[in-house]
Amino acid sequence: MKNITNGFEYFSPKSVQEAVKLMSENGEKEFKLICGGQSLNLVMRNGLVMPELLISLKSIPDQDYIKFDEKDGLRIGALATHRAVEQSAIIAKRFPVLTEMEHNISSVETRNWGTIGGNICHGDPGGDVAPVLIALNANITMAGIKGERTVSAEAFSVGIYETALEHEEMATEIHVPTPPPNTGTVYYKFSQLQGDYAIAATAVSITLDKNKDKCIDVRVVLSNVGPAAFRAKSAEEILKGKKITDDLLIKAGQAASEEAQPTDSLDASAEYKKELMVVLVKRVGKEALERAMKG
Amino acid sequence: MKQELKLTVNGQSYDFWIEPKTLLVEVLRDHLGLKGTKRGCDDGSCCACTVLVDGKAMKSCSMLALQANGKNIMTIEGLADGPKLHPIQQAFIDNWAFQCGFCTSGNILATKALLDEDPNPSRETIQEALDGHLCRCTGYNMIIEAVQDAAKRLQNQKPHKGAK
Repeated sequence: MKNITNGFEYFSPKSVQEAVKLMSENGEKEFKLICGGQSLNLVMRNGLVMPELLISLKSIPDQDYIKFDEKDGLRIGALATHRAVEQSAIIAKRFPVLTEMEHNISSVETRNWGTIGGNICHGDPGGDVAPVLIALNANITMAGIKGERTVSAEAFSVGIYETALEHEEMATEIHVPTPPPNTGTVYYKFSQLQGDYAIAATAVSITLDKNKDKCIDVRVVLSNVGPAAFRAKSAEEILKGKKITDDLLIKAGQAASEEAQPTDSLDASAEYKKELMVVLVKRVGKEALERAMKG
Repeated sequence: MKQELKLTVNGQSYDFWIEPKTLLVEVLRDHLGLKGTKRGCDDGSCCACTVLVDGKAMKSCSMLALQANGKNIMTIEGLADGPKLHPIQQAFIDNWAFQCGFCTSGNILATKALLDEDPNPSRETIQEALDGHLCRCTGYNMIIEAVQDAAKRLQNQKPHKGAK
């Protein structure tokens, strides 16, 4: 049986302040933070991460909130479970791309315990949450000994299992601004089974002008074709300020494909993933455009 | 260093002293001897170890036992009423929803969580609720039929409206 073999000390702080204090007091030790642990338990069981100390954040109350205000936007506590985000009525109404993304993460069992904050902090290059947050122009707030700071979701995703978090820092909140009118955002992951990790994925957000004619803002995000989810800026340049057509989306897809740096994996070759980007950017872009036209 | 863990399992309260690295599935199987909870893939991808934690389906192999401190756990052993099987269990038998039985505990408990939340789920909802559960015997159709049958049995069991 594959159990966790190395022992560790375990703390369950009751507040963010207490968690930060524990981190700073144990800065010299090899510590890890755990939320639901749906990824961390697996890597610990395989001996890939062997902390001396584990700080469980699940014991902190009131950090799993989901709040929406028309002016302020959406605020999600880092400890909100995937399932809570998936089942939130206000998110389904105002940010359907988040609902759809959550619905396709793993199984109900994982979503019932795994958290949205834990997901982004794990920094898996194929994670579903990060690309969608980048497309939604979201911000991540972090707490540490020096106080709080906020970075864009784009700056938060740094590399393979690497985020903007300092060693003695934790994510506390995700903020998604209310999108401007005539904005549509769509995420699609290409995978072999529903709930699997993406072979490759794309999120596109399109904002149209008030006549719903030209694209005034666009974000094209590629996932699992590089060390972390990133914006394909050359694809965005092609679409911005233009009336979006199928031909233009194909050109954007080709540009995005040029920016992608996939590696060969068990499910697909790098060459295949590059080709996939052309298809996905067009397909997802078209759906985002339709959504922008509606609203 | 061992830490204290308080759990309610199938209605009974327990107090343990465990190593923090202990997984919930280890407490259930090895400390309490409740072997109805199965260990299948050992990497969180088969759902055979599913139990109910405060009524919600979760993978006991992917949860540190200490994180379940103070929570209410139900395993497959807690479902039957003495010798009388729970309607979901009976529906699984009557619909031939298992052969080897290894995935059955997980499937039945996930079904319980689903039907507690949605007493009359569509076929699609059932598929989505159970999509993490691997079964190598049945081809899944019999499991879905068993869940539909169980939903009917549970609804028929309910007292008539106004008969409170």
